[in-house]
Amino acid sequence: MVQLSSNFLHVSFFLYLAATILFWVSITGRKFKNKEGIEKNRSGPIGYIVSILAVITSLAYFAIRWYAIGHAPVSNMFEYTTFLGICMALAFVIIYPIYRNNYLGLFTMPVVMLIIAYASMFPREVQPLIPALQSEWLTIHVITVAIGQGILAIGFAGGLLYLIRVIDFTKASNKVKGLEFILFTLLSFVAYILLVIGFSFAEYEAVFNYVDERGNEAVVEYNKPALIGPNEGQLITVNRFDPWISAPAIIRSDDLNTVIWSLLGGLLLYFVLRLIFRKPIGGAIQPLLKNVNPQSVDELSYRAIAIGFPIFTLGGLIFAMIWAQIAWTRFWGWDPKEVWALITFLFYAAYLHLRLSRGWHGEKSAWMCVIGFALIMFNLIFVNLVIAGLHSYAL
Amino acid sequence: MENVKCECGHVNPFGTYLCESCGKPLIEDDGQVADMRYEGVARRSQTYKKSIVDKIWNFFSSVKVGIWIIVLLLLASSLGTILPQEMYLPPGERASQFYENEYGTFGKLYYQLGLHDMYTSWWYMALIAALGISLVICSLDRFVPLYRALKTQRITRHTKFLERQKLFAKSGQIENIEESFAQAEEILKKKKYNIRKDNGNILAEKGRFSRWGPYVNHIGLIIFLIGCMLRFFPEMYLDEHIWVRDGEEVVIKGTDGEYFLRNEEFKVVLYDEDDELYRESLERAGAPVVQKFQTSATLLRRTSTNAIGSEPELEEVKHHYIRVNDPLTFGEFALYQVDYKLNELAEFTFTIEAVDEANEEDLSEIEFTVNLYDPEMVYEFENGYRIEIMEYFPNFVINDNREPTTLNRIPDNPRIIFEVFTPEMDPDEDQGEISLVGIQINEELNGENDYRIRMIDVEMRNVTALTIRKDRTIPILSIGGIIFMIGLVQGSYWNHRRIWLQNRDGEIWVAGHANKNWHALKNDFQAITKNTAIPMPIDQTEENLNERSKEIEGVEDNNGSTKQ
Ligand code: HEM
Repeated sequence: MVQLSSNFLHVSFFLYLAATILFWVSITGRKFKNKEGIEKNRSGPIGYIVSILAVITSLAYFAIRWYAIGHAPVSNMFEYTTFLGICMALAFVIIYPIYRNNYLGLFTMPVVMLIIAYASMFPREVQPLIPALQSEWLTIHVITVAIGQGILAIGFAGGLLYLIRVIDFTKASNKVKGLEFILFTLLSFVAYILLVIGFSFAEYEAVFNYVDERGNEAVVEYNKPALIGPNEGQLITVNRFDPWISAPAIIRSDDLNTVIWSLLGGLLLYFVLRLIFRKPIGGAIQPLLKNVNPQSVDELSYRAIAIGFPIFTLGGLIFAMIWAQIAWTRFWGWDPKEVWALITFLFYAAYLHLRLSRGWHGEKSAWMCVIGFALIMFNLIFVNLVIAGLHSYAL
Repeated sequence: MENVKCECGHVNPFGTYLCESCGKPLIEDDGQVADMRYEGVARRSQTYKKSIVDKIWNFFSSVKVGIWIIVLLLLASSLGTILPQEMYLPPGERASQFYENEYGTFGKLYYQLGLHDMYTSWWYMALIAALGISLVICSLDRFVPLYRALKTQRITRHTKFLERQKLFAKSGQIENIEESFAQAEEILKKKKYNIRKDNGNILAEKGRFSRWGPYVNHIGLIIFLIGCMLRFFPEMYLDEHIWVRDGEEVVIKGTDGEYFLRNEEFKVVLYDEDDELYRESLERAGAPVVQKFQTSATLLRRTSTNAIGSEPELEEVKHHYIRVNDPLTFGEFALYQVDYKLNELAEFTFTIEAVDEANEEDLSEIEFTVNLYDPEMVYEFENGYRIEIMEYFPNFVINDNREPTTLNRIPDNPRIIFEVFTPEMDPDEDQGEISLVGIQINEELNGENDYRIRMIDVEMRNVTALTIRKDRTIPILSIGGIIFMIGLVQGSYWNHRRIWLQNRDGEIWVAGHANKNWHALKNDFQAITKNTAIPMPIDQTEENLNERSKEIEGVEDNNGSTKQ
């Protein structure tokens, strides 16, 4: 059963890829003409249909896995992050008919693929639920949060689209730098995925003895060459790369090492692309978007946030509080994960007020959409994996 | 501060920007599009600026200030997550040392700045209070005038009002305007617009109630914040802990001795390592994973008010398996599974034996059990032996003065000093053989003993730790939360759209306004202009945009060009 569900996920991944290509063709493929010589480019609607299929197959993955493991598959990093990707696709499928914007598809689908691919880098086996996680309210909470974040993520896709469309890439400016930084971050995720796949293919493994933050002897296994070793680490595996420096005990050195590898990989990809295009990457994408109506994209991303914000609030704060009250005896405990959900909430509240009362439309608003999504990802990745709190899924 | 009478006859409060009734701009400005925020009404904060009260009012009613408060809260909150908060320190750690030891100078600074316990600090509280005040004032400042303006709005609006809407168009001279309007009316009715007519002019309006969404959600937030504040009154909130051993009955704190809890059995259940489903994951984890923590608990209630000291009479009320995520609730109380201790020592059973192997005395009769929570001090046997406990240390340590003592009453490391009297001895006169006995410890304290005390059995019990919680603020918080969500949905999933269709001396003037979702409004316009003589309104801000984008060749920046 679990295998079957994974197969559905694989199929959906290729459907997302197909949808991306179709949306791409719908924008660039002006040469398609039918027999009468009239330009007819139907790949946009077809791309939409393929995205619907992709969402259906990925929901099939979700349902089958749920059935097979006996609880909602949202209880570890792989499961939650995958579901977040699915929710983003779902949100796209819901919002597309309103605005019929193929560019949105071109921006959303790759992000969905990236999220799902990233999710698959985490251990995928079925994990038993610890007592604190055995709660219907937790299931409701997590699923609602993911849907809310998926919709907010459409705001991000819209914001990014807007920025690349309007920023002047011919002159160096902070805006250009900021945008290039966002693209570099996305590339780092790509690099991370490639590295993990690459090194696991090569079966790289280096084991260290080290001293953990409580002063105890411990063992850690690296799956990538160690640029940064653990605290007082000693390499046991022979013939492996000896780290240059070692990390302090409170830092999970293997994770830090992975981050560094990913950033280096992202940098490499970034400069290769820059060499190819000979201009900022955003600038290279911009000509594709010349037919985008900025105002309509602006409204679209605002709409996504207006729709996503209540759902996120309901799931991320209200349902979370109900669960916390039942599981932890108090509805709020200032644990990092909670605090970051609150921060995300406050951030989007500030966004809505700025937009409403201070006329922050267009570019400023688009930046905020992008930052909001960065906060969501920060909460998912950094807070979960680094500032490990009560909610930490890491087993 | 005089009221302003508009040419349409309506008397507006001082400071009104667009006449509440006909919409004529009363204060000229040079924007092409009218600022439709709050319908251009006069707000107290914009009008009175003199006294201290006015200044405070104006300060808190400003959305700019409100946003600053939100942003400050956001930034402050994030500071508190850099290092763990005091309440999450490992048990037994002292904050004053922990931060410096673990995180060095940065940790020390963090502690000294008070960030280790930030969310209860006065300034964080003050920020939240400021948010609450701001919410109240800004809502009052806007709600009343907005309400009045939407209520008194006229159907026929001033031409200047129409012209300066974001969506606006007018036609040339047209015959049969009435026919077009009638068609449009039909279409708009189907789209669930509310139609009002005056003199052949039409105002179609939809979703006005969504304008109250923000006010409703702000009220919900205020109620929620009030609920949070009430927590600091002791009557509202109870947070107690009890430890209950297997088989033990304990009074539930906070119930005035009315309720008791019996722990029938506490247990920890682990996941089965042979379970196919979890095998891989359990192997990788390398340690057993807990499936449940469970206290089989019986709630008891005192039936009579006995004299103090006598055993209370108890009656069983209910039985419940208390688990994480499944508390036992009764009345306003809830009991949560929060901690446990497995295999706490409960009883030792001893016998004695002769040290000298040649001694063939039958000592098998001598067998006694010491309850480690509340030991009896004397054990007498029919064959004349008598064993006394001279001293009992449940949790033995040697203190700073190098004297034996006990840390607490919990038998984590019990030591007993026994005195053994043989039948020949007189316990009052003689001194028996003294030995110190504990787990794997048996020391003779006064020279060589003839008899040795031997432990033959150990009884252990599990102990469960429960939190007793009463929280009377929950109903208030729930109501606040529900109202907040209703307001949020009301303001976000509906929107207020208005369409003005006017016959101005044989010309059609059409204008539209939406507080959000212009896209839908434009679609509605599409529907009514398609087969009628009504002209499709132009988005005047987009016009602007396009002109500008021609100037800078496809690259533009339209910050703040559209105001609602
Ligand atoms: C965390 C706290 C807050 C939350 C969650 C919140 C939420 C909201 C939401 C969801 C809206 C509707 C926005 C939209 O429809 O786009 C809104 C509108 C508004 N908020 Fe807040 N708000 C908060 C704090 C404040 C504060 C402190 C102020 C005071 C300065 C304020 C003033 C306003 C105003 C004036 C509006 C517009 C009302 C209207 O359009 O008639 N809000 N708020």
